[in-house]
Amino acid sequence: MPINYIYPDYEIIRNPDRCITCRVCERQCANQVHEYIADVDKLSCDDSKCVNCHRCVSLCPTRALKIKRSESTYKENSNWSVKTINELYRQAGSGGVLLSSMGNPENYPIYFDKILLNASQVTNPSIDPLREPMETKVFLGTKPKQIDRNENGSIINNLPPLLRLTMPVMFSAMSYGSISYNAHESLARAAAELGIMYNTGEGGLHEDFIKYGKNTIVQVASGRFGVNPEYLNSGAAIEIKMGQGAKPGIGGHLPGTKIVGDISRTRMIPEHSDAISPAPHHDIYSIEDLRQLVYSLKEATRYQKPVIVKIAAVHNISAIASGIARSGADIIAIDGYRGGTGAAPTRIRDNVGIPIELALASVDERLRQEGIRNNVSIIVGGSIRSSADIVRAIALGADCVYIGTAALLALGCHLCRSCHGGKCNWGIATQEANLVKRLNPEIGYKRLVNLMLAWRHEIKEMMGGMGINSIESLKGNRLMLRGVGLNEKELEILGIKHAGE
Amino acid sequence: MQREGQIRIPSGCAISGIINKSGKRMSGEAIIKSIAVMHDRSNGLGGGFAAYGIYPEYKDYYALHIFYDSPYAKKECEEFIERHFDIINLSKIPTRKIKEITDEPLIWRYFVIPLHTKLYESQLEERDFTEKCVFRINTRIDGAYVFSSGKNMGVFKAVGFPEDVGRFYRLDEYEGFSFTAHGRYPTNTPGWWGGAHPFALLDYSVVHNGEISSYDANRRAIEMYGYKCTLQTDTEVITYIIDYLNRKKKLTFNEIASVIAAPFWQTIERMPNEEKELHEYLRIVFAEQLITGPFSIIVAFDGGLMALNDRLKLRSMVVGEKDDTTYIASEEAAIRIIEPDLDTVWSPKGGEPVIIRVTGGEAKCR
Ligand code: SF4
Ligand code: SF4
Ligand code: SF4
Repeated sequence: MPINYIYPDYEIIRNPDRCITCRVCERQCANQVHEYIADVDKLSCDDSKCVNCHRCVSLCPTRALKIKRSESTYKENSNWSVKTINELYRQAGSGGVLLSSMGNPENYPIYFDKILLNASQVTNPSIDPLREPMETKVFLGTKPKQIDRNENGSIINNLPPLLRLTMPVMFSAMSYGSISYNAHESLARAAAELGIMYNTGEGGLHEDFIKYGKNTIVQVASGRFGVNPEYLNSGAAIEIKMGQGAKPGIGGHLPGTKIVGDISRTRMIPEHSDAISPAPHHDIYSIEDLRQLVYSLKEATRYQKPVIVKIAAVHNISAIASGIARSGADIIAIDGYRGGTGAAPTRIRDNVGIPIELALASVDERLRQEGIRNNVSIIVGGSIRSSADIVRAIALGADCVYIGTAALLALGCHLCRSCHGGKCNWGIATQEANLVKRLNPEIGYKRLVNLMLAWRHEIKEMMGGMGINSIESLKGNRLMLRGVGLNEKELEILGIKHAGE
Repeated sequence: MQREGQIRIPSGCAISGIINKSGKRMSGEAIIKSIAVMHDRSNGLGGGFAAYGIYPEYKDYYALHIFYDSPYAKKECEEFIERHFDIINLSKIPTRKIKEITDEPLIWRYFVIPLHTKLYESQLEERDFTEKCVFRINTRIDGAYVFSSGKNMGVFKAVGFPEDVGRFYRLDEYEGFSFTAHGRYPTNTPGWWGGAHPFALLDYSVVHNGEISSYDANRRAIEMYGYKCTLQTDTEVITYIIDYLNRKKKLTFNEIASVIAAPFWQTIERMPNEEKELHEYLRIVFAEQLITGPFSIIVAFDGGLMALNDRLKLRSMVVGEKDDTTYIASEEAAIRIIEPDLDTVWSPKGGEPVIIRVTGGEAKCR
């Protein structure tokens, strides 16, 4: 009979000379790791419950705490890693599917890190963004097929509905339920201040946030939670969620314990009932069904809103994207396998999907070959980590990027990957009132605005260095990219040259 | 060695243009003199001219100017032309032997008109058909390169300094109502005649000074509409953009200028409503045809010229006028040498097009 014990991954180290037994750590840790022992006037801790979220570390007034990877190890084995062994033990004990959250953390290649950017020298001047205008405005949507003129010969404005953004970044879908009210408020306010969009995710739109409608993308997912005509008409665009990079091919499950109060009202389902999003949309089993949904949503909004179709990056992505580009959709959002999630089966998250860089490069090229690239705009997400990733994505051919994890990090997330536990110590992926209030939306939205303005400035500097003063001239400008350490096939798919060529 | 098209070669340059608004024809001597003044802006690795109104006796026929590497290429190409066109006249392009110009390819000229049956079969408009055939020759027939394909106009170009190229082609013996010229300063030495400028497609020809930073964005966008950028030069992609916007999308040259050297959003914001809407429309719809980075270009077309600078004016360009003749050049000296007594001379602002149309004479306004 095996003993069901796994040595904790992390070890909490408390410097007794520094600790003043203020018990802040005890109060801050929702996982109840720290405990005050009155008899000896000391704190003890149970490392096994620690998820390494750094909440206690960040708030300890005397910097008495640090968290280390525990040194205890099994006999070394390149084939059987500690993680693999532990996961196996857990499953042998529980008989259950392993759950994880945030994006795929495994050691697969990160193509963005193998792509370098260009800058001008001699033959072409660089441009200083502090002296000259440097434009980052983007428009997402389909382009008119022909130019119409009136009897005087003037061009008639036949532009279809578009999303207008001050910079090529939006906050990606994160539902109210998977993240807190305060997190949503921070995202909505930041989007409004920045002139970009946030995305409701599949949990409906809280009535308090209807006022941010101009900066809101409302999502329609397979569960159809909170979807009604008013909801569809209150945003700037509608997103049909067909897939998510962290869990391609499967749906979602928000446990009944989280379906309380506002969340149940916003989702329009009874309290304590599980919110289950089926794996497929049960009215979409093929591309022609998708077309029908696109057009029913357009009808419901009198053709005033662009429709986005979001898909996970999977093997056959370019053919799928080509189908969507002919389905009447205005925008395609592609989510890479590193994209985050509030909860996903570990095996799916870590083993399904393809890198966004390759997916983007092949979709952009395919749509161009078919002459339908201007039918749709392309948004990519999962995982955009910096302004340099944005520049790379645009140069590979994206019109815009989605950021999720990066936005949460700005709100305080420490990437402990325990969102599925519902006890986020940073007030983000939780519905517990005492935790939610830790995230002050007033501060949260400002941090998001700061991050975006900093990135915008960096994007401008990188563009200026290339001698480009408008983001549209960067789009698809793959000559501005060079690969390092990539093989012929990878370069071919990315459509870029190797450094030195 | 790699040819133009196999690698991308940045280059600096000199450009010059002359046009007579009344359509009065003049000899090519003036343009040679003008470009020669800017000798130091070229390095002897490419020069050329475009001349309009020079073939009045064949004005209804496409004048194909072709470089051949070998008699085999010529034979194959001529067979292709015969299958698709009626050839009214063909000859070697007359040249002068001069010591500055060496290694010349075979240089031939054909006046042609698409065969009725072929045109009918193709279901294309006459100019689309001709354009397709030009692309076919340039991409499929090894050693044959069509470098001029318009009506009543012709391009003359070679590896060498532009003034020598002019003498080589006996440009002084041609008469036209407008001329443009180009001297090239490539930072590499491909030494291929086809790589010299102007670049032309049908009646459109472009001379360009600068290096555009939007190149690959422009290239990948325009290739979506059936163009093939085989030379990898800025001038080539600019020519295709102009052909696309003017001929296929029917934009006026003013509108084209607002697309390729679009006003900044902050400028558009301040425009009166109607103008604002138009400029916003053009920037959104033709976002991929925006050209960034330094350029000054002279676009010549059937019936006129357009001179345009990038929106930051990162390259010099001067315009001068005397009676009904307009002069454009990278440097004022290149204008003064041929017309010291100008009525006006100015330096157009970045993104502000100067469009001159021929009103009289043989050319028609379109
Ligand atoms: S879970 Fe977070 S707050 Fe709790 S002990 Fe670990 S790091 Fe500290
Ligand atoms: S927060 Fe720091 S000082 Fe306070 S009890 Fe915990 S370890 Fe000690
Ligand atoms: S949102 Fe909260 S629970 Fe999720 S990874 Fe970030 S800190 Fe951890």
